[in-house]
Amino acid sequence: MFRDLDFAVADGGALVLAGPNGSGKSTLLRLLAGLGRLAAGRVLWSGENALADLTAHAARVTYVGHLDAVKPGLTVEENLRFAALVGGGRVGVALDALGLRELAELPARMLSAGQKRRLALARLALSAAPLWLLDEPTLGLDVASVGRFGSLLAAHRARGGMVVTATHLPLPLPDAAELRLT
Amino acid sequence: MSRFAAILTRELRLSLRHGADTLAALLFFLVAASLFPLAIGPSPEVLGRLAPGIVWVCALLAALLPLDRLFGADLDDGSLDHLLLCGLPPMAIAGAKAAAHWLVTGVPLLLAAAPIAMMLRMPDAGIPILLAGLLPGTLLLSLLGTTGAAVVLGARRGGVLLPILVLPLTTPVLIFGVAAADAASTGMSVRPHLLLLSALLVAALPLCPLAAGAALRSAAE
Repeated sequence: MFRDLDFAVADGGALVLAGPNGSGKSTLLRLLAGLGRLAAGRVLWSGENALADLTAHAARVTYVGHLDAVKPGLTVEENLRFAALVGGGRVGVALDALGLRELAELPARMLSAGQKRRLALARLALSAAPLWLLDEPTLGLDVASVGRFGSLLAAHRARGGMVVTATHLPLPLPDAAELRLT
Repeated sequence: MSRFAAILTRELRLSLRHGADTLAALLFFLVAASLFPLAIGPSPEVLGRLAPGIVWVCALLAALLPLDRLFGADLDDGSLDHLLLCGLPPMAIAGAKAAAHWLVTGVPLLLAAAPIAMMLRMPDAGIPILLAGLLPGTLLLSLLGTTGAAVVLGARRGGVLLPILVLPLTTPVLIFGVAAADAASTGMSVRPHLLLLSALLVAALPLCPLAAGAALRSAAE
């Protein structure tokens, strides 16, 4: 898929993965999350092998993939409850963070594609993990939601959190490094 | 532990919301067992003799019905990634899924088994033992089924593969479960059969979630 990659993300840093479709951006994100298997090479966390203990590594990352992981049978609020328990945040905070408060009691199957995406991103507001791995996070979002998402990212980085994201769209990530995959 | 409980409650809530899917296994059990008197005739002696086997085989097949969506829905919508990253070992995730399958499918089958056995004119002496065998039996079906569902996850035509994989694994459960109920009807000792079923359960309790957890990891890759 790719070879000779070498990159690091510092506390508060952001890395944007760029490259054409099929260049391995999503695969790289899944590898960093511990959801894939490395053919060769290493993923280090503060100098230690990050993937040695996958359960411990899971506590360090929050992953939002290109699928929304929204259960159509549950309400918006119920969809966030599990993430709230894992991340330790409050569901109300997440609902406000992406403007989902009015939709909280609605079954998720009634949401539009953009609203589902907002619900997927609302999990980030519940996360205490230092590394956020985002796959095309703003696909289908309106301008106002991209703004809200931008303030989430800024707050996370101000706390010393890191962001690695694959995208084709301009993201509200000032001074992000770029890694181009071919 | 709270995360284990959270997965379990989430599964139970989803089952309640999709009530038709949840009832399908129970209705299949009732309908399939009701076909036997029509196919082999209403003679009480023949039906009573066959009843334990009919109940067990129908329960076995009914328990398979919800399995292809057990992890399939989570794989399709991306929830499986979130489950794997929730901070629980995959073994515990598989354990929670097996527990949910038992509560949603196993317990209703267990409750429906006695009326069905009576409908099939099973001797009264055998019915408590039939249920005593079905209790570890349905737990074993949930554990083995969860393992099978995790192994075929992501495979093309996984739904077809699943019974072919799981049914052979359930043969010991079937043999000892039916033998216990038969022994009770004929007045022989049921203890060895029930003990063997319990031993199978004790072995499957750690092994099945372990195998299913490993399969979940590789399905995500």
